[in-house]
Amino acid sequence: MGERIQKTNPPLPPFSKGGHGGIIKIATRDAYGEALLELGKKRQDIVVLDADLSGSTKTGKFAKAFPERFFNIGVSEQDLIGTAGGLSITGKLPFASTFAVFETGRAWEQIRQTVCYSNLNVKLVATHSGITVGEDGASHQAIEDVAIMRVLPNMTLIVPADGYETKQVINAIADYHGPVYVRLGRSKVPVVMPDDYEFKIGKAHTFHLGKDANIVAMGIMVAVSLEASKILRNEGLDVGVINMSTVKPLDTETLLKASKICRLIVTAEEHSTIGGLGSAVSEFLSETNPTRIIRIGIKDDFGCSGTSEELLKLYGLTAEDIVKTIKEGLK
Amino acid sequence: MKSNVFEKDITVLREKAKTLRMEILKMLTEAGSGHTGGSLSAADIVTALYFYKMRHHPNDPKWIERDRFILSKGHAAPVLYAALALSGYFDKSLLLTLRKLGSPLQGHPCSRKLPGIEISTGSLGQGLSIANGIAIGLKLDSLSSRVYCLLGDGEIQEGQVWEAAMTASHYNLDNLCAIIDNNGLQIDGHCCDVMCVEPIVDKWAAFGWHVLDINGHDMKAIVGALNEAETLKGKPTMIVARTVKGKGVSFFEGKVEYHGLAPTHEELERALKELEG
Repeated sequence: MGERIQKTNPPLPPFSKGGHGGIIKIATRDAYGEALLELGKKRQDIVVLDADLSGSTKTGKFAKAFPERFFNIGVSEQDLIGTAGGLSITGKLPFASTFAVFETGRAWEQIRQTVCYSNLNVKLVATHSGITVGEDGASHQAIEDVAIMRVLPNMTLIVPADGYETKQVINAIADYHGPVYVRLGRSKVPVVMPDDYEFKIGKAHTFHLGKDANIVAMGIMVAVSLEASKILRNEGLDVGVINMSTVKPLDTETLLKASKICRLIVTAEEHSTIGGLGSAVSEFLSETNPTRIIRIGIKDDFGCSGTSEELLKLYGLTAEDIVKTIKEGLK
Repeated sequence: MKSNVFEKDITVLREKAKTLRMEILKMLTEAGSGHTGGSLSAADIVTALYFYKMRHHPNDPKWIERDRFILSKGHAAPVLYAALALSGYFDKSLLLTLRKLGSPLQGHPCSRKLPGIEISTGSLGQGLSIANGIAIGLKLDSLSSRVYCLLGDGEIQEGQVWEAAMTASHYNLDNLCAIIDNNGLQIDGHCCDVMCVEPIVDKWAAFGWHVLDINGHDMKAIVGALNEAETLKGKPTMIVARTVKGKGVSFFEGKVEYHGLAPTHEELERALKELEG
């Protein structure tokens, strides 16, 4: 366990070896659209379903290339899930997409009864998660989806950090049998995962393990956490970052290791602090290695209209917010 | 179809439906709970499907060219279990484990536990969407298999049913035949009092379906409707089967309280005598 613990602050891997140093920005939904198109060329069993948002979810690219394997179900999310379930029974590999709030909220019980209870090979890939949906406001900002998907038996839940990881996730879940929920976003996010990164379901990526604190993050908060870690390390605090892209099943080995070498674990998510990544980490560590944990996320609140940047500031999801939280936490 | 062979088939099917009803009553009595009324009302329809219309191999439940049956009204599980057992999917003795701990015969059908169940149901309104997905998948694979989906009339109060109704006609799913077990009753009373679903025929026709309105206990009519549905091209067929809840046992017929009540041992004895006639 000790071999990965550095004695002095090393240079941050993502910024030094590939990962484009967060300069390149792409939206995870765009990466999804491309990945789906490539997958469609390779595999005839892939079918894609959408609920009248194919332009926004980027499934439209697949639709254009393979119209015979694309099914627009219209504004009817419950039917979207059921139809995808039926297709999976005939051996197809359905990807069903719409906005996260509708996919998981409107059709939760269909996902529970039809997809998870029967353990169907249905891939639920939702876009427009979190507050960075922006101007559309709270009605369109899913900040509860991780909580309500995580609770379902048989469900695998993945929140990619960037476009690069998203592409790998889409390929990986196509080779995995069973229900999967992938949470993607609308806004462009920095590419932070290293060029040699290989995504594996259930395996977190550790950028660096810190002796003072470690930030366990998912989705867009990985880039924000790396920025915070950089600031803190410049100030002499050894703060590591872990990309917990698979929220279920949680990479408990990595978590345990991180918790054993530092004084504080901070979770960072663009999601409610109730039921999300912070809860998952707390549930595990409180039972195995009680550790001081601070959860950064949306505090039992709805989102609102504004630009992504404005909203991240308003809800305390910036690098500066993480820096402040960690400094106070380590006092 | 007009031959004597057909007449003979109908007689055999009627007898089979009677056997199905007896098995339903026996397993429900043994279980001590379950849905009697809606299982009995669907017995003739399910008999016609499993013992006349559907292509299926009980020894090979996943046979790729099989016709598919989705019991959207999952609470009528006993009628499906009886049909599966009498078809030879599993030993008849298993029926008496219904609803018991460890049994593959769950209170509502579970596809992971029992071969022959296409998909787990029980939460109303979801089966037709699944049937649509299967029908689309079969068409993509150019398979001639057909999909049958049985719904309750109370069930069609669920909004998802109408989402699925649109999808089936939008994608011209003529390999799909849905049947409504229109027994007129739901847990809280008469459907027309709880939440009126009529005019059912007009509604489905307006949604682009070919609709047949039949007596759901007339075996000849059921068989005829299922055959007509198969020949119809370009759109899905809905068979509105007018049925009687609790059909076959005089003291259960039309009684709303037997929606979710199992027969007592004394009632079972009387019921079996009645059916044996």
